[in-house]
Amino acid sequence: MNSNPGAPVLELPAAESAGERRMILNMGPQHPATHGVLRLVVELDGEVIVSVRPEVGYLHTGIEKTCEAKFYQQVVPLTDRINYLDPLSNNLCYCLAVEKLLALEIPERAQWIRVLLTELSRLNSHLIWLGTHAMDIGALTVFLYTFREREEILRLFEAVAGQRMMTSYFRIGGLSMEPPLDWLDRVQQFIAIFPEKIDEYSNLLTGNPIFMNRLKGVGYLSPEDAIALGVTGPPLRASGVDVDLRRDMPYSSYEKFQFKVPTSTVGDTWARYEVRLAEMRESTKIVQQALDGMPGGPVKANAPKIVLPDREKMKTEMEALIHHFKIVTEGFNVPAGEVYQGMECGHGQMGYYVVSDGTAKPYRVHMRYPSFATLQAVETMAKGRLIADLVAVVGSIDIVLGEIDR
Amino acid sequence: MTSQPSTISGKNAVLEAMRDHPAVKALETWDAQAFIDARFDFGELTLTVAPGGIRAACSAVKAAGYNFFEDMTAVDWFPSSPRFQLSYHILSHAFKERIRLRAMLDEAGSGAEPIIDSITPVWPGSNYFEREVFDLFGIRFAGHPDLRRIMMPEDWQGYPLRKDYPVEGYR
Repeated sequence: MNSNPGAPVLELPAAESAGERRMILNMGPQHPATHGVLRLVVELDGEVIVSVRPEVGYLHTGIEKTCEAKFYQQVVPLTDRINYLDPLSNNLCYCLAVEKLLALEIPERAQWIRVLLTELSRLNSHLIWLGTHAMDIGALTVFLYTFREREEILRLFEAVAGQRMMTSYFRIGGLSMEPPLDWLDRVQQFIAIFPEKIDEYSNLLTGNPIFMNRLKGVGYLSPEDAIALGVTGPPLRASGVDVDLRRDMPYSSYEKFQFKVPTSTVGDTWARYEVRLAEMRESTKIVQQALDGMPGGPVKANAPKIVLPDREKMKTEMEALIHHFKIVTEGFNVPAGEVYQGMECGHGQMGYYVVSDGTAKPYRVHMRYPSFATLQAVETMAKGRLIADLVAVVGSIDIVLGEIDR
Repeated sequence: MTSQPSTISGKNAVLEAMRDHPAVKALETWDAQAFIDARFDFGELTLTVAPGGIRAACSAVKAAGYNFFEDMTAVDWFPSSPRFQLSYHILSHAFKERIRLRAMLDEAGSGAEPIIDSITPVWPGSNYFEREVFDLFGIRFAGHPDLRRIMMPEDWQGYPLRKDYPVEGYR
């Protein structure tokens, strides 16, 4: 399972002779390199990893149960809190699922702004990954660089949503409101300088011999294992499986954008680093295309019984006031049925499974989050390697415990 | 609002309209008896199989090109019978399409937990997902390598995502 032709895998001593030297090491839940409250129970033979058992659930808040007690529109702010590093992707996936049930048609401008913001959100997610991953390896400087650009992205989020992290900007039926007047120009300014910043990160890391030695040949994952274990996103593509739902099963008018899906056939931690860095460049291109071709028109669907009216209209139109009151107090009924909406977020394939029984509250909401499945592959990647490599492996799969535990 | 997407309901109607669909064909040749129901709705295909045959059904669709296990979860239809619905979402990288396999599972009598075959032999990646369903719904998976609670503490009483479990919990 663990045979990367390029990398020497350490031989495990025979079980009998090793029995007495085995040690169980508890790593986490409060370990700085576990990115949250991940606990890894590691069995060691000297410094060599024999087995890794992740223990999760420390952040479990029962969001799926809470969803069943809320109106459909009240679930949107809950979704932000699941993967708090990629908030707009959560919003989008949930909204798309409910919109599928409602058969709502979303105006083109809203769809394009959704694409633009989801890509910025992906950049946000990748920037945090890059900063923290490099910091785990010992390259502290990169963290300061990536958080500088992340701050810019958070300011852009704040400008549209009023919130830096818990945005809830996408609503069922479109966006919560039209972005501020100069906002697209601000995005343009940011995206114009961003490719240089990626070069800067690359200059700091790509040729760095310490970084290379810590990453190359470490944490090999074969494409067969990746598919069998449910791994998605950059780790899957770094193992040579060319799958990206944005291209393969497009949603929210992704089919109108041209972008490459970076892949690698090497399958180690270094390949995951390269794939994500290339993905950041592609995201920049998607944002640029969205800015260049941004259509005009409304940002909310024409469905007064589902979409909240504009604030100004409520003060001048009786109908708008009535609709607002009805939506807020009673919600809106969603036709009975079940839908699954998948999408590609920063970490991999996200999915929302929404079951409706025809009332104003969802009967069941289930979220498939990429980190939950990817965590299962840690043992396959780390087995037979040194304990120090485990930190590189956990960093390279880019997990967020909020989305594992929900 | 646009018109509702077309719906095909019932196994015979789906067989007629989508006879050449690889997953429909695979299940019909696998075991026409255990392939109970089918529905095409919201652009998604749902195939219901007998709960006893879920593992074999997964193997059958896997052989037909649906190679990637994406998600599985349960829905509690309390107080209806059968009570639990298990939904498996399987993706095909080749066809760029997703299907939903569904099995309806009834409560076992006298307080025992309902039980269904684990699909971990087909897709090892379903391990955590089945543990989550066991933890939150109390459904057991026969043949699962490590069936323990995953989210809740190990000494937790009850199954939080069941419909007869209060949202605020027991106090």
